[in-house]
This record gives sequence, structure tokens and C-alpha cells, in this order.
Amino acid sequence: MSNKVVIRPENKPEGYEGEGYMLTRLDKVVGLARANSLWPLPFATSCCGIEFMATMAANYDLARFGMERMSFSPRQADLLMVMGTISKKMGPILRQVYEQMAEPKWVLSMGACASSGGIFDTYSVLQGIDRIIPVDVYIPGCPPRPEQVLDGILKIQELAKNEGIGYRQSAEYKARLAQYGIE
Amino acid sequence: MHHRTASQNSEKITYLFEEVNTALKTKFGADLLNAQIDYDFPVFEVSKSAVHDVLEFLKNDQAMVFSFLTTMCGSHFPEQGEREFMLMYQLHSLEKNQRIRIKTFMSIKDIEVPTATDLWKGANWMERETFDFYGFRFKGHPNLKRILNMDEMNYHPLRKQYPLEDGSRDDKADNYFGR
Repeated sequence: MSNKVVIRPENKPEGYEGEGYMLTRLDKVVGLARANSLWPLPFATSCCGIEFMATMAANYDLARFGMERMSFSPRQADLLMVMGTISKKMGPILRQVYEQMAEPKWVLSMGACASSGGIFDTYSVLQGIDRIIPVDVYIPGCPPRPEQVLDGILKIQELAKNEGIGYRQSAEYKARLAQYGIE
Repeated sequence: MHHRTASQNSEKITYLFEEVNTALKTKFGADLLNAQIDYDFPVFEVSKSAVHDVLEFLKNDQAMVFSFLTTMCGSHFPEQGEREFMLMYQLHSLEKNQRIRIKTFMSIKDIEVPTATDLWKGANWMERETFDFYGFRFKGHPNLKRILNMDEMNYHPLRKQYPLEDGSRDDKADNYFGR
């Protein structure tokens, strides 16, 4: 391994640079900060939760994307990762957890059961969490490989990076929430 | 029903079967409707009116002493008419390490049963589950309400008259799923 430090410029936002300063747009900096420090709430109910544990572990390591700190309190989390089968009895609880999160928040639906009920098309399983909360990224799979989970998380990071500062107060976002009956 | 011949079962099972069969026949006579060994499990079918007394006898009697209710559940056989709904209790004797099964059949008009919670506290949640999925009403149960399904559910899902699949999907081709 060489000792040469390599600085990769592709993640830098556009702007004017000088000695010790950089002039750029605020929402680009905020987007970078949000994207690279997402605090996930692992709402793990089933086998996808175990697969997520594998993704968090050393081999596939989620911490290198800034997700070192899991939060199990929705008040302190940015990203709600729903991993596993959600039953209809669990639905209101999941909804309450989502509502308790502060803006900006993103929802990641991991696995077939959270996305659409999976193979459990029965009387007790909620056929997809997007019936009760708005979802940003879906990861298909039963369970998805850790590489797929990382791909989904990178997509969330792209969303967070490019969102802009005013989106959460915009009429478009409010309309999206209104579809789910959330004020 | 699958019966093993007498030579296939171990002596212990046969002896247990004979012991319980005789005791029940002596005490309950006509209420013992059927007795057989399914694979290696002595199964006794009793009439619904006697089921609580049978369980009490099996628990308290000095010779029987089936002190542990391992499980109970219901079942629904829609093609059987008067014997549509079945309740099954599985009893275990901790002292003798032996198990038997008690079954009782009833029709849908007659679906109230006395509770077993006065005999075994463990029957509490088991009876709630049986109520939740089949609709059996247990007389005397301290808290008979749904336990595993949502409280707002207004039907008993494991009865065979309801489809297994969730009714709210509209993106699956019905002919693939037998609907």
C-alpha cells in the first residue's frame, strides 16, 4: 500500500475554491451532511433483520457510509428501515413510529414482505408498508443480499444529497403526506 | 384414522391406553364416544357436555394425575355437518411422563364450551387463541378476547369458509390462486 494520499474530487459540490475556503450553495453542503450521516432506525421484524445485521457487521460494513450509530428511538433517527413482515396488528405501531420521527426522514422498505407482503398473502399480513406510510426506496429480495441492501442505502443517500432545503415544507411534500392521512 | 396394531406400539403406550380407557369408561360410560391410538398417541373422544368433567377427572384423580395441559386448539371440518368444530386438549402427566389427547366435536349451533382455566392457568391464552381463530366461546373465561389478530377483525379466520389470501389485493391473477 502506498502512503500517497488520494483526494477524490467527484463527491465535492460545485463551487468556487480558494485557499482555505469554498463558496458553494447551502443546500449542497446540507445535502452532503445529511447523506453521509444518516442515523438509521432498524425496524427489524423478521429474517431481513438478520440479513441487515450481516450488513452491519464487519464483512459488509454499513458504518463506512456514516451509519455507525443506530437509533432505536424514532425521535433521534433519520432513516426508518423496515425489515421484515409487518402484520396488520403491527401496522398502527409502525405508523406511530414513523410519525414520531422528525423531518427530514426517509423510509427504506427492505425485502419482499415489507414492500408488498411477500409470499404471505394472508389475513394477517399487511400487504406492503406503503399502504400506511410513504416509502422512498424499496429493496426487493427474500432476503436481499447485503450488497443489495447497500445499493438501496446508497440510493437513499442520493435522495438525501439532492433533496434541497425547502422540500419538507413544500406543498408537494405535504400533498404526499396527505395521501397517507398524515398531517 | 391410522391405527397401529397392538404389536407395533410399545407396551407402555398400550398399557396407558388401556388404563385411561378403563378409567374413563367406568366413570363416564356413554360420554366416552371413541378411543383409539393414533400412531403412538392415545386419543379419547368425549361428548361436549362431559369434556370439562373428563378433564377435571384426568387432572385430579390419584391414578391418572395428568397435571399438565401442554396444548389445546380447535379445528374446523366443514364437510362433517354436526361434527363440524373440534376441540382438542393434549394432557401430559409429569409424574409418569405420558401423554394423551382428548377430543370433542360439536356443531356450529353449539359452540359454547366451559373453560379449562379453573383447572390450568395455562389454558387462558390457549382458549383466547382458539376463540380468535375459530370462534369457540368459553364460558367462564376471565378475558375472552382476541389475542393474535387485530382487535378490529370481525371474523374468525381459520374457519374454512374464508379464503386464506388477503382480500385487498387487486394485482394478482385470480385463476393462479384458486379464487
